[in-house]
Amino acid sequence: MLGRTLREASAALKQGQITPTELCQKCLSLIKKTKFLNAYITVSEEVALKQAEESEKRYKNGQSLGDLDGIPIAVKDNFSTSGIETTCASNMLKGYVPPYNATVVQKLLDQGALLMGKTNLDEFAMGSGSTDGIFGPVKNPWSYSKQYREKKKQNPHSKSGDSDWLITGGSSGGSAAAVSAFTCYAALGSDTGGSTRNPAAHCGLVGFKPSYGLVSRHGLIPLVNSMDVPGILTRCVDDAAMVLGVLAGHDPKDSTTIRDPVNKPLVLSSLADVSKLCIGIPKEYLVPELSSEIQSLWSRAADLFESQGAKVIEVSLPHTSYSIVCYHVLCTSEVASNMARFDGLQYGHRCDIDVSTEAMYAATRREGFNDVVRGRILSGNFFLLKENYENYFVKAQKVRRLIANDFVNAFNSGVDVLLTPTTLSEAVPYLEFIKEDNRTRSAQDDIFTQAVNMAGLPAVSIPVALSNQGLPIGLQFIGRAFDDQQLLTVAKWFEKQVQFPVIQLQELMDDCSAILENEKIASVSLKQ
Amino acid sequence: MAAPVLRWGCRGRRWALACVDGGSCYRRGPPTGSTCDRIRGQSSVAQQPLHTAQKPRKGEHKWAAVVGLEIHAQISSNSKLFSGSQVHFSAPPNSLVSFFDASLPGTLPVLNRRCVEAAVMTGLALNCHINKKSLFDRKHYFYADLPAGYQITQQRLPIAVNGSLTYGISAGKERGQVIPKRVRVKQIQLEQDSGKSLHDDLRSQTLIDLNRAEGQLRVDANISVHHPGQPLGVRTEVKNLNSIRFLAKAIDYEIQRQISELENGGEILNETRSFHEKLGCTVSMRDKEAKQDYRFMPEPNLPPLLLYDATSLPTGADPQQVINIDQIRETLPELPSVTRERLVQQYGMLPEHSFTLLNEVGLLEFFQNVIKETRAEPKKVTSWVLNIFLGYLKQENLAVSESPVTPSVLAELLDLLDSRTISSSAAKQVFEELWKREGKTPGQIVSEKQLELMQDRGALEQFCYSVMKDHPQVVMDVKKGNSRAINKLIGLVRKATLNRADPAMIKEILEKQLSTFCGMCEEHARLLHRYTHGSVICSLPSHHLYLAFLSMLSPPNSPPTTVPPLFPTDRRGCVMFPSLCP
Repeated sequence: MLGRTLREASAALKQGQITPTELCQKCLSLIKKTKFLNAYITVSEEVALKQAEESEKRYKNGQSLGDLDGIPIAVKDNFSTSGIETTCASNMLKGYVPPYNATVVQKLLDQGALLMGKTNLDEFAMGSGSTDGIFGPVKNPWSYSKQYREKKKQNPHSKSGDSDWLITGGSSGGSAAAVSAFTCYAALGSDTGGSTRNPAAHCGLVGFKPSYGLVSRHGLIPLVNSMDVPGILTRCVDDAAMVLGVLAGHDPKDSTTIRDPVNKPLVLSSLADVSKLCIGIPKEYLVPELSSEIQSLWSRAADLFESQGAKVIEVSLPHTSYSIVCYHVLCTSEVASNMARFDGLQYGHRCDIDVSTEAMYAATRREGFNDVVRGRILSGNFFLLKENYENYFVKAQKVRRLIANDFVNAFNSGVDVLLTPTTLSEAVPYLEFIKEDNRTRSAQDDIFTQAVNMAGLPAVSIPVALSNQGLPIGLQFIGRAFDDQQLLTVAKWFEKQVQFPVIQLQELMDDCSAILENEKIASVSLKQ
Repeated sequence: MAAPVLRWGCRGRRWALACVDGGSCYRRGPPTGSTCDRIRGQSSVAQQPLHTAQKPRKGEHKWAAVVGLEIHAQISSNSKLFSGSQVHFSAPPNSLVSFFDASLPGTLPVLNRRCVEAAVMTGLALNCHINKKSLFDRKHYFYADLPAGYQITQQRLPIAVNGSLTYGISAGKERGQVIPKRVRVKQIQLEQDSGKSLHDDLRSQTLIDLNRAEGQLRVDANISVHHPGQPLGVRTEVKNLNSIRFLAKAIDYEIQRQISELENGGEILNETRSFHEKLGCTVSMRDKEAKQDYRFMPEPNLPPLLLYDATSLPTGADPQQVINIDQIRETLPELPSVTRERLVQQYGMLPEHSFTLLNEVGLLEFFQNVIKETRAEPKKVTSWVLNIFLGYLKQENLAVSESPVTPSVLAELLDLLDSRTISSSAAKQVFEELWKREGKTPGQIVSEKQLELMQDRGALEQFCYSVMKDHPQVVMDVKKGNSRAINKLIGLVRKATLNRADPAMIKEILEKQLSTFCGMCEEHARLLHRYTHGSVICSLPSHHLYLAFLSMLSPPNSPPTTVPPLFPTDRRGCVMFPSLCP
């Protein structure tokens, strides 16, 4: 049951094959078994069980709220959840219990979804590995898959044991691991520069970043307001579309959400033929650092479209190479601003120093933020200084406009969807990953993803195939602004063609259950 | 995990206009104490020497001062600029705080439509250019009453720019002379309020109130002095002036201070100062020595604010979603300068009276409502509203809306006065009664207190007669040509009638009676008649007069014998007495 898609589980609930409580308990049990993945920061067991109980009543009375009623979901720990600790994996917010739900969380709960817990991330979502949070790194479930382990055995050079586990990618690595390890059917991530698509690619999932302005950011603790979008991680495109249908729409609490009505519910038609489609291949995305395996898969994907009658053309996004630097300036500037509220006065961490307010601020912020966050605050404040503003921030904004125009030009030339890699390589072992610092890693890992955030476009990473190492590889589709439906329709067609294999975790379960079954699971006490 | 020691609350909204000296680049001083959610505007000063602060000594240049004001004014709205929290004056601390106001992570600003409309309206009233596209910026600084670490304002592209306000000041030598003045408005901007810090020195802690609705107006004054024709001087900023009186005092003080500093070889520092209310001087705020860089950046959570007019309004636009400048222009009330002009023209009142009527909230409306309902002359109404009504309000420190006397009640009272049913002083007495809030009408009070004017002429003539009889000295004063003495007689008659007589009628009767009255008793008159060969016709007694008369004729203590008919008489045969006076 847990291996099914959201749509299948929803059907099973409706048909009474399983009750919400049974489903919830199965997931809770698996969360306990996979605790070592470190996917969850907080498991909201009591909340989930209570919600399951209520859902069960509704099903009994024939008053189901819809497709999501009784479906276990997880939420990245940078979305505010009323009465449930929301930490952003930072000392700064340890113990912070928001008094309100983020709009997206509320919408899921209003549909009867069961909140299993809050998932792990890089501190304040700053990172691309889910390795830099105070609760420790998230482990990629594929590290323990039959597919990966068997390949590893064949390789005489590979080390044995658990020490070479793989990163999930990030920063929504906890959400990706949670869905990948079957502890829930869908999870919310956030996507500022690729934070949903990157871990989706590494964990073999669909990772969807909606158009900026389609989904409310109210309650999402911001990284970069002008680029942040709630992301959706699911096992298939249909599930992502279903969740999008629930989340999309204007929110009076977020002035950047659009008012135009969204087609609801979002049901994707199955494309019978792609002959009317034009797929664009941005030539600037072919970079030397791209692994040959991914390059070849990308090329084969293009061939697939072409062979099925689609028009596949090379397009140019000429400002691509400036994108990551530009992203860095804009991102750190907004970070410097957004992090200013964490001063220890009203909520979150406060140091013991009370010599003066200024000394208290300084010590609180030094203790509360990790090096990555502090580094970005420092850079951002530098770029915003009066003497630097024109040279950095304003220039970066101009470059941002050029980058957005690149996409507009590509789409105006007749392209319906762009096809690109999501990541440079498949997931790397943790020990390998931490050889480089966070900034270098982010610059590398966001290379194919952040430009989309600067342009506000919808994009989705679709798992395509397993690498020679037995690890998932994802490709990215980028669509026109607010044409999320067409993007997902194309992605759905592609998903059907590639038939990505399901992760085989049985061995993992068997191995781990013995070790972990006595371990108590962390759970949050409800402060309503 | 830092239990909040500091309390928080919600934001008020303010509106601010600021005058900044034209062209010179200014920087706002650091945060101090209470500031607020607001529209801030800046207007630049017309730069004639506003103050010629000292008389130039011989051989010295004249000084000219340049003054620019940054005015922070709270917008009258039900909820705050960027949140749905309510705005109330003197609400309990932190009782009106939304999650956004407390800057909880993940909350976003939502612009209040009413505040935008108010800003546009202000811009129009101040003859500004309204920017159809304006932007919001974040201004960063760390301060305990600024929970987000930044303030949302409109630094780069504000909602309105380049306006002006013309006004007049009564400073001419002649009464009612108004000298026209014009001040330029640099910009009007919508700005979020910060909280209010309350420093508890005893416990060495600061309490924060995030209600932010305290104080309707706050002004920062930028002041510099220079010699005309030379470059502008270095500017100081006196912050947080909360009354017009202190503003004027602070500016005057600062101009004097700068001049004497410069004349004594000192220099003016570009600094922020505060005004010490008790000492009446400005003091440097030395706590902010470090250079502040506010690191302005665009507010990413608020899209550009777009305004429309009749020509640019998109067809089929949802009226709830667009703001139409032309529509706001139509709802603009008559502007004060126009109203004042109209009052002077229509009611013939003095310009300074028109200022007073407009300066007190609700007074003009009160006045107009009285005018509407009474038959009394506008001048009479003006006089009553400005002298008596306003006097009572001021004495008890009441607003017009709190007045116990309504316009229609005052109108009724003035009608009674106008119809001469009561005297002016009786009317004042009635007004005093009305102020007691006993719910009586002027008519009731008049009849209860028997304040009606005497309408019986005969009776009044009797009163006049007896007063004259009892006050011969006064009568004599009148006869001697002391024109003011008749007022004393009128007063005495009024007193005798318990203020129920119409002074005009009293005067008329008195004048008539005086012309035929000499004031002697019959016996004396007989005597007089004998002496004057019948030329004296009056017959009422006045021993004093008689004796005085006699003493003129004979040596003291010697009885009169014969009197030659020496006395001149008027046409009617009355003796002309003036020559009798010592």
